[in-house]
Amino acid sequence: MSHDAETQRSSSPVHTVLASIKHSPLLLPLVGLIVVSIAMAFASDNFFSVDNLVNVLRQQSIIGILAIGMTFVILTGGIDLSVGAVMALCGTLGAGVMVNMGLPGWLGLLAMIVVGILFGLFNGILVAWGKMPAIIVTLATMLIARGLGLVYSGGYPISGLPGWVSWFGIGRIGGIPTPIIIMVVLYALAWVLLQRTAFGRHVYSIGGNETAANLSGVNTKRIKLFVFMISGFTSAMAAIVLTGRLMSGQPGAGVAFELDAIAMVVLGGTAIAGGRGLILGTLIGAILLGIINNGLNLMGINPYLQDVIKGLIILLAIYIGREWR
Amino acid sequence: MLEMKGIRKAFGPVKVLHGVDLEVRDGEVHALLGENGAGKSTMMKILCGIVRADEGTIVIDGKERSFEHYDEAIQAGVGIVFQEFSLIPYLTAVENIFLAREIKTGGFLARKAMRKRAREVLDKLGVDVPLNVPVADLSVAEQQFVEIAKALSLDARILVLDEPTATLTPSETEHLFKVMRDLRSQGVAIVFISHHLEEIYEIGDRITVLRDGEYVGTRDVGSISTDELVEMMVGRRIENNFPPKPPAAPNAEVVIDAAQIQLRKNGPVSTFQLRKGEILGFAGLVGSGRTETALSILGAYPAASVKVEINGTPGAPANPSEALARGIGLLPESRKDQGLITSFSIMQNISINNYGKYRTLKYFLDLSEERKHTTKVMEDVQVKAPGPDVPVDTLSGGNQQKVVIARWLNHHTPILIFDEPTRGIDVGAKSEIYHLMRQLTEEGYSIIMISSELPEVMGLSDRVCVFRSGAIVATIEGDEITSEDIMKHATTGKLRYVA
Repeated sequence: MSHDAETQRSSSPVHTVLASIKHSPLLLPLVGLIVVSIAMAFASDNFFSVDNLVNVLRQQSIIGILAIGMTFVILTGGIDLSVGAVMALCGTLGAGVMVNMGLPGWLGLLAMIVVGILFGLFNGILVAWGKMPAIIVTLATMLIARGLGLVYSGGYPISGLPGWVSWFGIGRIGGIPTPIIIMVVLYALAWVLLQRTAFGRHVYSIGGNETAANLSGVNTKRIKLFVFMISGFTSAMAAIVLTGRLMSGQPGAGVAFELDAIAMVVLGGTAIAGGRGLILGTLIGAILLGIINNGLNLMGINPYLQDVIKGLIILLAIYIGREWR
Repeated sequence: MLEMKGIRKAFGPVKVLHGVDLEVRDGEVHALLGENGAGKSTMMKILCGIVRADEGTIVIDGKERSFEHYDEAIQAGVGIVFQEFSLIPYLTAVENIFLAREIKTGGFLARKAMRKRAREVLDKLGVDVPLNVPVADLSVAEQQFVEIAKALSLDARILVLDEPTATLTPSETEHLFKVMRDLRSQGVAIVFISHHLEEIYEIGDRITVLRDGEYVGTRDVGSISTDELVEMMVGRRIENNFPPKPPAAPNAEVVIDAAQIQLRKNGPVSTFQLRKGEILGFAGLVGSGRTETALSILGAYPAASVKVEINGTPGAPANPSEALARGIGLLPESRKDQGLITSFSIMQNISINNYGKYRTLKYFLDLSEERKHTTKVMEDVQVKAPGPDVPVDTLSGGNQQKVVIARWLNHHTPILIFDEPTRGIDVGAKSEIYHLMRQLTEEGYSIIMISSELPEVMGLSDRVCVFRSGAIVATIEGDEITSEDIMKHATTGKLRYVA
């Protein structure tokens, strides 16, 4: 062992950097991003225009935000199928607060955040203390959230919001669309939480070995509760962007968004069983999925066929990632 | 029969085997001996085609072989029983034995034929294992016999047993040895990995010793002494395994005062005290409630009733996180399943429960402080690794155990519960851990040590609580701590019940 220690220490910094790149979970998502970008650039002249790339990011922002909370949950070894439905419920109730109750717009936005976090709390309590599998719990709460939104609104969109709310969906800050800014800021916050706080380490430890984490004194139940609350919060943030974009509360919005969010997390190199992965990977996964969507559109491919191609690309990506490890 | 020559293997930059030889004859029990990390398991994985050697040859029955896959090794007559069993817990013994090669008639399972065949193999082993219950309900020894039966039903002529006795009771071990002798007389070549020298003397014919991935030598069991063997293993003489016990402090303060612990409703009750600066041994047979009692103090086992005072504060912690806050740390029985986050580095495993120590701006981790502290405790307990960033799953068992110990030293929990601290660890690392434990008590730590190894309990404990059938039946100290006394209490001690 001591001999190996010597050789390791004497290896040059270049080697260390190369080794850390080779073992980084970001390598494959990045390579995928570059390869797909180049392919799309060849397939379509419009692809590499600033407008188009900004467009891709903007289109991905809503699900990209959902994927942040999803990353936290998946890192602990769980899953949250309720994100799309919770987002729709947040938007509907928030719009209801503004329109039906006639309260100020900021209260409506606050209501969205409160509803999102409460739903996350509900999920978290059922998973951590109720000891039920996350996939079943969130499948059920997905139905509950979806149903509640439809019951409250009677199935109709709620429109007539204060004009400034649209800033969250179609506004710009210094020329950059607000949704992109919101998404990037949330990713940065998530990075800090995961990489620079004890909470983040505990999230990874639970996905790595929950029993060991518990016996070392990590409060595993509380951490699980928090990750679902974070997911609820990001669902609410996605609802704010969505509501701003549509200028209405849409009880039927976000169907199957949870699946795209999961795809982004997995494409970003996060292990579905938890314990390994980086939030930056999810951002890359979101952009990758956006570029694929965008490129297929620019090429004018039949939308039905697009889903088939997307599915195949995801399978291929997971296969390569698996072989790599 | 079997010859492995010049086997080399490296995992990335870590060389684990530097040209190892192993030659096993028909009808012999060949012991493979070496400290943890010496390369025994890797050798066996290469033999079975689970890991590929970088260099070297494998010859079976005079034919050179190279296995790409476990299946090919099975075809060639190699069977292995791993330390961690590979049975499917919810299937029965028959279903496990015939897993993936079920006998079928016309597309349907031939259940009777499989039962009959399984019974034959188990009869050949001379063991009686219930065939209708899920193997999860069998004892560890029975599961092991099922594993061996599985290998034999594949016509294995080379059988590898990787630490088969680690979790067996003495009588179960005796039974296993009888089975091994029968197999030997039937011409099966057995490779036997064990850390217990007395077992090797009892059952082994020849011994091959490895050290740090090097081949040290092969000897006849009859012609080598224990001292010589240990020296071959560690390359140095171990004079005294156990550090001397300090005289008992007359009025040491009581850190854990357990007035009444009852594991099961209406079951027997235990009473014990842990004093500051002592090592309190928990002895008894496997299944006598030692681990459960210790875990109930941590809030990790749902005992029927726990009346306990910790440092003068009454009440048991609700969960390990609360126990941590009250200064109790646990070195669990199973490093892999309960101790380590295997996807984490050494550093992350050590610092996992004490981020409070290196924070900036209250909430953020100070990564350089973390590195500094963890590197220091890592060196204090002598974890042998290139650095704190090494993934913990690449370390040997002894070093992994030290990482878990380092976690608690980093946290300074003054009460430590060590559950089987030296299980599956080589002689050298054992001695290091013994000295470390004594050093800790001198620094004021108080330790509860659960151990199934009597010499360890006797050599290290200041006082010993003996368990039987779920509760403590006797607490002995000083000269009373003898193996006869402990075994007497463990088998015949009187249980106490509350009205």
